[in-house]
Amino acid sequence: MRQLIIIGSGPAGYTAAIYAARANLAPLVIASSVEFGGELMKTTEVENYPGFVDGIMGPDLMMNMQKQAERFGAEIVYDDVTSVELAGEVKKVTLGNGDVHEALAIIYATGSAYRKLGIDDETRLSGYGVSWCATCDGAFFRQKEIAVVGGGDSAMEEATFLTRFADKVYVIHRKDSLRASKAMQDRAFNDPKIEFLFNKEVAHIYGDQLVTGVGLLDTVDGSETTLDLSGLFIAIGADPRTHLVHGQLDLTEFGTIAVDGRSSRTNLTGVFAAGDVIDPTYRQAVTAAGSGTVAALDAEHYLAGLPKELIDKATAQPVSA
Amino acid sequence: MSVAHDVTDATFADEVLNSGDTIMVDFWAEWCGPCRAVSPILDAIAAENPDKIKIVKLNVDDNPQTAMKYQITSIPAMKVFKGGELVKTIIGAKPKPAIEADLAEFLA
Repeated sequence: MRQLIIIGSGPAGYTAAIYAARANLAPLVIASSVEFGGELMKTTEVENYPGFVDGIMGPDLMMNMQKQAERFGAEIVYDDVTSVELAGEVKKVTLGNGDVHEALAIIYATGSAYRKLGIDDETRLSGYGVSWCATCDGAFFRQKEIAVVGGGDSAMEEATFLTRFADKVYVIHRKDSLRASKAMQDRAFNDPKIEFLFNKEVAHIYGDQLVTGVGLLDTVDGSETTLDLSGLFIAIGADPRTHLVHGQLDLTEFGTIAVDGRSSRTNLTGVFAAGDVIDPTYRQAVTAAGSGTVAALDAEHYLAGLPKELIDKATAQPVSA
Repeated sequence: MSVAHDVTDATFADEVLNSGDTIMVDFWAEWCGPCRAVSPILDAIAAENPDKIKIVKLNVDDNPQTAMKYQITSIPAMKVFKGGELVKTIIGAKPKPAIEADLAEFLA
């Protein structure tokens, strides 16, 4: 048994790991098998993370955080959590390889998952022109006409990035104004390759083997049009990843894990939550990192209040690779 | 990095299409984060199933002809060839059990 297990390896999880490791809690970080490092692993230049004057590549930033946590004694396992038992004094975490790990405290920092449009053919054509990752797939659309769906910062960022490859990038948004920040909007509006299609919803995705176009529904007058495209990048937001804790942790009306005030404390003692999984509003790398700090300090405080006999039982046994 | 052998536009026909083995080609690129994540998983599957499946890598930046021929629009893309025929496509980085499930018919 350990004192602390951290589930998640984005800015929240790794920052919590840095703080907890420095407090000699020897945390075990369950980082995921293919999504370790979180959302920033799929980005390129990060320009707004403080301390990096010239920006830093998202994957580099996350690898730095990982090394920083390991330097102070955090142990990282690259597997996926399949179930959790959070209610008792000793918490249990089961992994994809069947291993069960126990701890006195848990920090839950699983972030969020891309939202789907929820229309026919979206899944069938996923990887065949439908994509959720511009940095992964953008280069396959050189000299093509493509579209980004969404009106937030990530949609603007993807559209701007995709103009490196595509001849034309449509931005399809169901409202008449954008949710994106002023800076990101201006960058997109000033890009000659980007054309905005407001008040339009993607109703159909066409294509036999590969995407050939979309059917658009006008949200004002209900008319339908078709648009020929080779690629459709979906950036309509993300939902907090809470499916493993349903029935155990209380959620908010936004679907995020409910925490007590400005703390990271969930409804279960010894269980803390941090990052995008508790944040319906700001969802930045920096706010997630700050949230991870809060969770590590809350967990440290909680563990300090437990009986010494219990803490003595919680010695970190290295996980065999 | 990965232990898998690289194939190229020049060697693809010889090493993949004309091979008697079941071969999975991992289409990847340096700049693809999820490709880096899935690579060690593919190495492990190859190591655990030495007589059943061979896994090779094709860099899509260096070998655009093969990438275009197989209409790659998303990576990582893993394509399984048997007797010169494309018999299975797996798209995207997935956990090991999910990829093993996709490959079940070849690993049996």
